Amino acid sequence: MRRFATGLPDDAPRPVRDGVGPDRRRALRRDLTLRRLGKALGWAVPVAALVFLWLPILVLVAFSFNDAPSVSTWRGFSLRWYENLASSLGSGPGRFQTEQLLRAVLNSLLVASVATIIATALGTMFALAVARGRFPGRRLFDALFYLPVVIPDITMGVSLAVFFRIAFEAWQQWTGVRLVAGFGTIVIAHVAFNLAYVAIVVRARLATMDPSLEEAARDLGANDWQAFWRITFPILFPGVLAGALLAFTLSLDDFVITFFTAGVGTTTLPLFVYGLLKQRVPPEINAVSTLMIVASIVLVAVSLSLQRRGARRSG
Amino acid sequence: MVWLVLFFLLPLVFVGVASFMTRGAGGQPIAPWTIEHYQRTFEVFGPVIWRTLGFAALTTLGCLLVGYPTAMFIASRERPATRLVLLFLVLLPFWTNFLVRTYALITILQREGLLNTWLVRLGLLEDPVQMLFTPTAVVLGLVYGYLPFMVLPIYAAVERLDRRYVEAAFDLGANDWRAFWRVVWPLTLPGVIAGSMLVFIPAIGAFVTPDLMGGTGGLMIGNLVQSQFRGRGNVPLGSAISMVLLVIVFVGVVVYARWGERSDP
Repeated sequence: MRRFATGLPDDAPRPVRDGVGPDRRRALRRDLTLRRLGKALGWAVPVAALVFLWLPILVLVAFSFNDAPSVSTWRGFSLRWYENLASSLGSGPGRFQTEQLLRAVLNSLLVASVATIIATALGTMFALAVARGRFPGRRLFDALFYLPVVIPDITMGVSLAVFFRIAFEAWQQWTGVRLVAGFGTIVIAHVAFNLAYVAIVVRARLATMDPSLEEAARDLGANDWQAFWRITFPILFPGVLAGALLAFTLSLDDFVITFFTAGVGTTTLPLFVYGLLKQRVPPEINAVSTLMIVASIVLVAVSLSLQRRGARRSG
Repeated sequence: MVWLVLFFLLPLVFVGVASFMTRGAGGQPIAPWTIEHYQRTFEVFGPVIWRTLGFAALTTLGCLLVGYPTAMFIASRERPATRLVLLFLVLLPFWTNFLVRTYALITILQREGLLNTWLVRLGLLEDPVQMLFTPTAVVLGLVYGYLPFMVLPIYAAVERLDRRYVEAAFDLGANDWRAFWRVVWPLTLPGVIAGSMLVFIPAIGAFVTPDLMGGTGGLMIGNLVQSQFRGRGNVPLGSAISMVLLVIVFVGVVVYARWGERSDP
């Protein structure tokens, strides 16, 4: 911590007046040591933290270009794992399952898109209803808001798995049609956990909005529909966009809930990666991981610029 | 709202109900009511529950020890651009997929990994040691995964901190130690508590990290739940375990809500 009051450099000792006893001098020396120690730790820990966070990722990226299928001994630069990814279309023993990988990526994008659209629409309505509505049990809905955020992923995944199993059995007995888990169940599950996140983000934006704007619109003769689309929605838009981006990212990233609701046929990218990690860990996985890291960095950059533009548009 | 009730609350109710039912031949819940699954959860899996709480506590402590100085460091940079870049460096790994990050850590820690190779090459170790599949690896993996959750709230708290209080403490003769513990720490405590909860709660429900990095000694509640749902499994038992998990998390949230309120100045 910088010594603000005196404007002296950090490690300068406090001015010692004449006639300071040895006790006081000892205390000052101790304080100086303390400050130096604090300063050293204050640098060392953050640097170590950043190294800890980044080293594994950088090593992974670097060794994806390693000629040898190893993550510790470097044999020279090579693109062979990336080439393997590209040339392994078409299956066979010993080849990387690029086709499954592509299908998993496609599934992930599809699930995330559909779930984001539904969750954003419902979440925005939910936020508006809870913030504006005057209905019995509002406090309960308030709690329902935050519940999906705090609940452990695994509990949510398991509960949905049980729910779908029972619901499908009941459906089969009732109509005779046998439903199976797959794309639909994943989307439903993703919407269920994204909804709350979207609602929280939109609600935060709603809280900063001046309610008199909408009243003014009404006074000037706008009906509910016009007041919402011409006034409320444009003001909420940055919040809605931020919520949608959050939902999309969470959806792309989710493993645990998808794992329990996916069924057999549908594989998303995280499920695919998990499968690779649980089996024989092919050397191409470094290349796949690197591509995923690059993709997520691009996604963050795009979403940041989108958000900035959205924020600028509505001031 | 209907969606949340239908696909969130109702499934939870189902799990709650299923946890009191008997296990059928295919692992599914059937008619007679019973509390045997809860008894089994506490009797057989008690050690795992305690271990999970211990791991989560250690993870929180680790995140705090690393995260507090880091947040402090970032917040006390003078140029806003530097703060932004540093914050971004902490957050960016967080945006990459959790599995990929866990795998990255595994490559470092594994027997043929970089850490072992270099320790042997530098002569600090005779032979590579087993680092992966130990409890330490699980806690390390959890700290790695949740560190940004700790840094962000503390950063926000440090940034809100009025520096004049610190100046006043120095003017009144406090040394760094006293100024920190009497002024800075109490004022940033809300951030610490928020960060601790954000780490502790997901750490209790962790599944991927212990699954990929822990051996049998590193199993957590999440793995127990999952193993009851695999194959034919035992749905009522799995439901009972996940209800216990849920209750633990709720206790955590309630404690936080009470404590957080009180410590908010």
